[in-house]
Amino acid sequence: MLIPHPILGLRDAQEFTYLGDASLLDRPDGMAEGASEAFHDYLYLRDNPAGEHRELWFHEQGDRSWLVVTRNTLTHEITKAELARDVALARRGVK
Amino acid sequence: MTQSNRLNGGQIDRAQLLRFTFDGQSYSGHAGDTLASALLSNGVRLMGRSFKYHRPRGPISAGSEEPNALMMIGDGARVEPNTRATVAELYDGLTAKSQNAWPSLKLDALGINDVFSNFLTAGFYYKTFMWPRAFWEKFYEPAIRKAAGLGRLSMQEDPDCYDKGFLHCDLLVIGAGPSGLMAALTAARAGARVILADEDFRMGGRLNAETHELGGQSGADWATATLAELASFDTVRLMTRTTVFGAYDHGVFGAVERVSDHLRPTGDTRPRQTLWRIYARRSLLCAGATERMVGFANNDRPGILQAGALRAYANRWAVTAGLRVTVFTNNDDGHRTARDLAAKGVEIVAVIDPRAEAPQGDWRVIRGQVVDTKGRLGLKSVTVRGHDGRQEVLQVEGLGVSGGWNPNVSLTCHQRGRPEWREDIAAFVPGGTLPVGMAVAGAAAGDLSTHGALRGGAEGAVASLEALGISAKAPELPEAEDAPVQQTPLWYVGEGKARKWIDFQNDVTVKDVKLAHQEGFVSVEHLKRYTTLGMATDQGKNSNLGGLAVMAELTGQTIAQTGTTMFRPPYTPVAMGALAGRSVGKDFKPTRLTPSHHWAEKQGAVFVEVGQWMRAQWFPQLGETHWRQSVDREALAVRKSVGVCDVTTLGKVDVQGRDAAEFLNLIYANGFAKLAVGKTRYGLMLREDGIAMDDGTAARLAEDHFVVTTTTANAGPVYRHMEFVRQCLRPDLDVQLISTTDSWAQYAVAGPNARKLLQKIVDPEFDISNEAFPFMGCAEITVCGGTRARLFRISFSGELAYEIAVPTRYGESLIEVLMAAGEEFDVTPYGTEALGVLRIEKGHAAGNELNGQTSAAHLGMARMVSTKKDSIGAVLTRREELSREDGLRLMGFEAIDSDTLPAGSHLFAEGAAHRPETDQGWLTSACYSPHLGKPIALGYIKQGGERIGEVVTAANPVEGTSVKARIVSPHFIDPEGARLRD
Repeated sequence: MLIPHPILGLRDAQEFTYLGDASLLDRPDGMAEGASEAFHDYLYLRDNPAGEHRELWFHEQGDRSWLVVTRNTLTHEITKAELARDVALARRGVK
Repeated sequence: MTQSNRLNGGQIDRAQLLRFTFDGQSYSGHAGDTLASALLSNGVRLMGRSFKYHRPRGPISAGSEEPNALMMIGDGARVEPNTRATVAELYDGLTAKSQNAWPSLKLDALGINDVFSNFLTAGFYYKTFMWPRAFWEKFYEPAIRKAAGLGRLSMQEDPDCYDKGFLHCDLLVIGAGPSGLMAALTAARAGARVILADEDFRMGGRLNAETHELGGQSGADWATATLAELASFDTVRLMTRTTVFGAYDHGVFGAVERVSDHLRPTGDTRPRQTLWRIYARRSLLCAGATERMVGFANNDRPGILQAGALRAYANRWAVTAGLRVTVFTNNDDGHRTARDLAAKGVEIVAVIDPRAEAPQGDWRVIRGQVVDTKGRLGLKSVTVRGHDGRQEVLQVEGLGVSGGWNPNVSLTCHQRGRPEWREDIAAFVPGGTLPVGMAVAGAAAGDLSTHGALRGGAEGAVASLEALGISAKAPELPEAEDAPVQQTPLWYVGEGKARKWIDFQNDVTVKDVKLAHQEGFVSVEHLKRYTTLGMATDQGKNSNLGGLAVMAELTGQTIAQTGTTMFRPPYTPVAMGALAGRSVGKDFKPTRLTPSHHWAEKQGAVFVEVGQWMRAQWFPQLGETHWRQSVDREALAVRKSVGVCDVTTLGKVDVQGRDAAEFLNLIYANGFAKLAVGKTRYGLMLREDGIAMDDGTAARLAEDHFVVTTTTANAGPVYRHMEFVRQCLRPDLDVQLISTTDSWAQYAVAGPNARKLLQKIVDPEFDISNEAFPFMGCAEITVCGGTRARLFRISFSGELAYEIAVPTRYGESLIEVLMAAGEEFDVTPYGTEALGVLRIEKGHAAGNELNGQTSAAHLGMARMVSTKKDSIGAVLTRREELSREDGLRLMGFEAIDSDTLPAGSHLFAEGAAHRPETDQGWLTSACYSPHLGKPIALGYIKQGGERIGEVVTAANPVEGTSVKARIVSPHFIDPEGARLRD
């Protein structure tokens, strides 16, 4: 697969390591009420869609960026790749 | 032997005589021959035995689809099994051997299987070897494997080397027949970067095998001229002997180039093969078509070939499978074989065609079908049934069979393509979603005429480049053959009781397909697996459609409704060596050397692999004959005076920024916000699920600057995790990370005289007295008169100890300086074994204790997990099961009346049975403690903290060992830590 790195352009997926669902960006507050339940859901409950999936890739053999890649799990078509940092910052803004 | 079956003409160099052997017999051929064409020229038709029935077989094809003529080529360690003689390029001195036959190809003992073929039908193994169950592993399977294999490996190390390479292009053209050549020419003239790859050693595809003219010249001459023009472009790469074997995601292709397989006897030293990863913006598949056989009784005799293959041998290689030949065809194309062979002087006994409207020629045309053949080791006669019912026997040595042509759609299916049925040519053509950027042209797309191939190639290239914004113009097409496909589908002949082969490689017959249907296997994928039709290297190339057609007939469905099985990569077999490339032996992974490596080598150190690193394990001295002597001496020397150990391999991460302390507070379970500048702290890093991930230290060199260390093994994963936290969880923090593991050489200097030693090399303006630089201090200093260094007063051994770091390039000097300065203290270099002994005696956890199953509480560090802040893993490490009071605890163990205490032993209460339900824990690390004079261990045991003094059994029920051990504090030496602060 080729991943369209937002800074470096098309890069071979071999340069990356894969982590999983981009919902890992939404880490619960460990000091909040009910944190135990929230962390259980955060860590263990994932969707497994046949279709569009947002997922985290680390450019380990490259510039060390974490990316949020939007990939179709059926066709492997990649429709978007963003810096995870930008995505995370935008989410914090919403909160 | 003379080349009795050699004809005139052909694209071989008769001036070059090449000698070779097959099963010990010497033969000769010419440059340009394949092994198969050379053998046929010598009158050899028998080239192999079939997989299951050991039927005598010859080649049916002249290409890579060959199922029968598989041989072992080469000698000794270089022998390569299952090589297709039809594509093996002949060279002088080639040696080939037949396989799957004993004692000889002509007299094969397991030919007996053929006699019992009624018992060996589809599903035979599943049905027969069921009972008794215990027989399977010990008897049935080994016996079947022994009998059924084809070629044998040399069982020696592969002496050749293989390479890997990467290529990029605008347009990858796969196949260099008429469509591929025209496509490449079109693209090249438009200035595009083109790769033209073909599996053959001579480009041109069917142009080399046919007598059609292109614009007034022979097809082969047109191909030669076109290749000459292509070679003149800097932007074109012509790759002969290169098989594009797989189409992967996003325009990535796998290809293997046979670089020097054909040059071996010349002593050529280039890699044998190169595995190419090709990144193509667009690709055009011009893979041509494969002719299909027809199922009739005994259709597998040596001398029965595809009609097109018979023609290719005559036209390209000037060879005939026999001097008297007949053709059995259901389409007009088959008649061309008769025409071309007759032109070369081969006697055409008859052409057999079931159609009423068959074309006529200068030979006899029989309207009818072949119903049987004779000639066990080579075709002698065919029996023909005329449509008028009359039966006739024709004495012939060669039979060309044509059941029509199947487009080579394999690569279109490697992603999501699903072939579609085209009734007019009675074949599957590419359909569904093709791999990204792929188009198909020529025969592979179902355009079976030469003109159609040229036009398709040109138009395909224009369209592919247009999508890239490159404007291309189709060249003027040479005038070429443009006959329509005229055929009446014929999959198998009904008459005849003998077996009618569909899959030659896997020995599957029409009857097997019928049996599978009768037993309820109606899905094509089930049919494939039950009968093995189209499995292995065939991947359906020859056999697929024949089987589907029989199944369709039985189920009363059309072939389109029946569907087709999938074609999977690789298109043809790829050597494991090519996939491995240079990553073999010691080059399997990188080898990392520590800064003191060469120095340690000079001291005669014994090394150990730790991940990618080579580390000194111990330093034997004169007179030491057992490793324990060296290790005990090194460990005692540290406790007595001072020792030095290279700890560069520990991971180091530089953390800088205004929010660096807040960042560390998040990644470590214990607090870091209040750590003073100039201080170091032990840090426990948890995974988010509460399990210990790693431990290390963080030293605060400045308000906004920390240096974090990790264990050797986790340097990579911890850095990745820290970047995850920084970029994904707290992008709002002002903090930057960089791995500096390779930038700093670092040594542990440990023992009561450590300070005295260091004071001799640390520049005098830096006061490292106990008062000025206490336990857990850290500082940026200089040594040896101005060399930059970092000093940390941390201890893994439990002694007064420091770690000193200098830029890596000074690492080798520093060890020499330390050894020289330490001479008056008898400074001792120590390796990883003594390091392990020292840390076990001190009770420090390491990799064995942080094994991915242990929580903070198990390590006895539950109280370290701060409740005053949020940190990774803090919430879930408090889960009931991970934090229970009576759970596992890390404890120390001393052997009682035993000279061993094996790590990995499980722990049981004294007298309890050794069973999983009575298991109370296990020993993680063990060593002989020279300090205590007995074996000791660290381990996890239930309710450990409350059981100090209790005697338990450390047992290994698998090996039957059992030792008594006393539970003690994990801190075997100096539990109060007085030495550290001295």
